[in-house]
Amino acid sequence: MKKFLIPLVLFFGLVVFLAVGLKRDPREIPSPLINKPAPDFTLPTLAVGGQFSPAEMRGKVWMFNVWATWCVACREEHPVLVAFAEKHQVPIVGLSYKEIQPQDEAAKLAEHLKLQVARERSEVWLKRHGNPYVTSVMDLDGRVGIHYGVYGVPETYIIDKQGVIRYKRVGVVTPQIIADKILPLVAELNAS
Amino acid sequence: MKALFKSGKMAKRAKSAKTAKTAKTAMVLVVAMLSWAAVHATPTTPPREARPMATNPKVEARLAEISHELRCLVCQNESLASSHAELAEDLRREVRDLIVQGKSDSEIKTFLVERYGDFVLYRPEVKPVTWALWFGPFLLLLLAAAALGMYLRQRKQQVTAPVLSDAQRERAKQLLKDTL
Repeated sequence: MKKFLIPLVLFFGLVVFLAVGLKRDPREIPSPLINKPAPDFTLPTLAVGGQFSPAEMRGKVWMFNVWATWCVACREEHPVLVAFAEKHQVPIVGLSYKEIQPQDEAAKLAEHLKLQVARERSEVWLKRHGNPYVTSVMDLDGRVGIHYGVYGVPETYIIDKQGVIRYKRVGVVTPQIIADKILPLVAELNAS
Repeated sequence: MKALFKSGKMAKRAKSAKTAKTAKTAMVLVVAMLSWAAVHATPTTPPREARPMATNPKVEARLAEISHELRCLVCQNESLASSHAELAEDLRREVRDLIVQGKSDSEIKTFLVERYGDFVLYRPEVKPVTWALWFGPFLLLLLAAAALGMYLRQRKQQVTAPVLSDAQRERAKQLLKDTL
């Protein structure tokens, strides 16, 4: 037997392990919510006076996108979502996540005024960058975000007809992710 | 003897002077770095004030206890107790509310694991998914011990003491004597 092969094989095994480890993103934490029912909530919409809850989307395959005007990466992602909304029949619901940050001057305002400020900012932002959302909801205190396991904005979910979360993306949705992951999944979910 | 003692003392003194000097240099460096950081810190983020503690010290004590066991998702090597990330603050608020509602520690942990996964626990539960994590290192240790055992046994078979004839032994003795 060629004995010198043993350490060589071990060495290459180690190299493969380390190479795979290096390529993985430590910030990407597998969500335990995949294949679980999307948490229910009722929040005010961006349009004054409206309310939204995920139950309204029953029977549709839809996308749930967490964003904020202060989120820099969202600016990169937004054109992709706008193009996606134009091309495909998948409704996107936006969740404006903690629009008013604690260090913000507006954080000192009363609750209803905070909501007003958040709405104004979001509207201006969506007018400028395009609005891909069928509805936008306002999560001012980030509680709904916690129920969805949000830890970095943007985050995107695909929810099926039965209201079950099928996919989660932490970070920017790219055209490649749409082509490789989201579109095939949506087609599959729509067929079932 | 006296001189030797003296010089030793002197060397000691010189050494302490030297360490004092390096300490001084280090201090100057640290001060310089701090002032540089102060000057170059981005003015857009004013120092955030600590949130006022909730009124119930019992709740706060439990919060501190539980949050030491929980990982902050944003700065992953910090516990929820020590992190200043905004999400950590929100999660502490959530845990505080759960404590006030009278939830047990395991219920609170389940709440977070259901949303953020086992990753939030510094000591994940032992279950099939985490077996590799808990027992993997011991398995590797066992494998290494087995390999070592095999290697040692093999070597024992290879290295047997050579049997010398009387003539050879006599010659070895002679050689040793000659060298001494």
